[in-house]
Amino acid sequence: MNFIDPHIHIASRTTDDLAVMARMGCVLVAEPAFWMGYDRSGTNSFHDYFRQLTEWEPRRCANYGIHHCVWMGINAKEAEDVGFAREVIAELPQFLDRPDVLGVGEIGLHKCTKNEVATLEALIDLALSSNEQMLFHTPHLEDKYKGTRMILDLLANEPRVDPARVCIDHCEEHTIRLALEAGCWAGITLYPTTKATPERTADMVELYGSERLLVNSSADWGPSNPLAVPDFMFTMRKRGHGPAAIRQTVYDNPLRFMRASRNFRFTPPDGSSA
Amino acid sequence: MFTPCSAAETLDREFLTFRAKLVDLAATLDRIDRGEGTPTADPRYKLLRQGLELLAAQEGDRASRMQMLFSLPYDPRWRTDTST
Repeated sequence: MNFIDPHIHIASRTTDDLAVMARMGCVLVAEPAFWMGYDRSGTNSFHDYFRQLTEWEPRRCANYGIHHCVWMGINAKEAEDVGFAREVIAELPQFLDRPDVLGVGEIGLHKCTKNEVATLEALIDLALSSNEQMLFHTPHLEDKYKGTRMILDLLANEPRVDPARVCIDHCEEHTIRLALEAGCWAGITLYPTTKATPERTADMVELYGSERLLVNSSADWGPSNPLAVPDFMFTMRKRGHGPAAIRQTVYDNPLRFMRASRNFRFTPPDGSSA
Repeated sequence: MFTPCSAAETLDREFLTFRAKLVDLAATLDRIDRGEGTPTADPRYKLLRQGLELLAAQEGDRASRMQMLFSLPYDPRWRTDTST
């Protein structure tokens, strides 16, 4: 069965990963701009990174038959210096019209500071003023619940937001209901030690339904697994879910969400319209 | 159409994994005990102990309640809270 990984950091992965992902059925990935493991020293570093995401990584993926899409943004870990963040945000519009740019992401909160909030508000305003979809990173561990609530507060106070064009990512048991009740898509990330396991993700599918769920690996430079989505598919199969239900979560749903982005240009391998 | 497994089927499927996780937790607690010093005043240790109690509770929704145990509180007035 083909699958889509709607959140993976291809820039941190090897060609071996791409080859095995393709062999397992991956046909489409979405790569959000994120923290590369170190703070960048200037706006030019971000500019080059945005070029890498929109020019080089799509070609690398295409060599393995994987279509590559991207989200543009500045992550919460580099959002504390509001002045610097605004300089980076000023770089973004020139990239938003490029092919297969899905919108503004991954943006969000890390330690939930006032400065992070100020940068996030500027990013939300950019997204809404250019009719972009948004992908939100929610904080790690003890900050997740508080940060998720704060992000949803910001969205609820902004009348221009269409929650159907928003994904609240890295949801877990204590935050998934919040995202869904706000009308947003809920992303679940499969990580070896933090976030969710395939078993817990299948639990959440069974408890909340799969209508607005997206399952991703968020595989990057840290402990993570680029085959996490197939692992989840296998878990679902073991638990008695049929092919149609599995396909909805790992293929139909991400396709439906991405189709709402104005620059999405994917042609499914089965010839159906995107 | 998905038909949920019975409780007995789920127990059959999960028993060995569950057992292994419990043994791993027990061994980790032993390892902490064998170390020099006592972490009982460490708030993280207290949280872990509360987590073990939560596991043994009879009420459902344990995963969400466990997550909340390890979460910072949310103040709906955060916009006006100068300490945030």
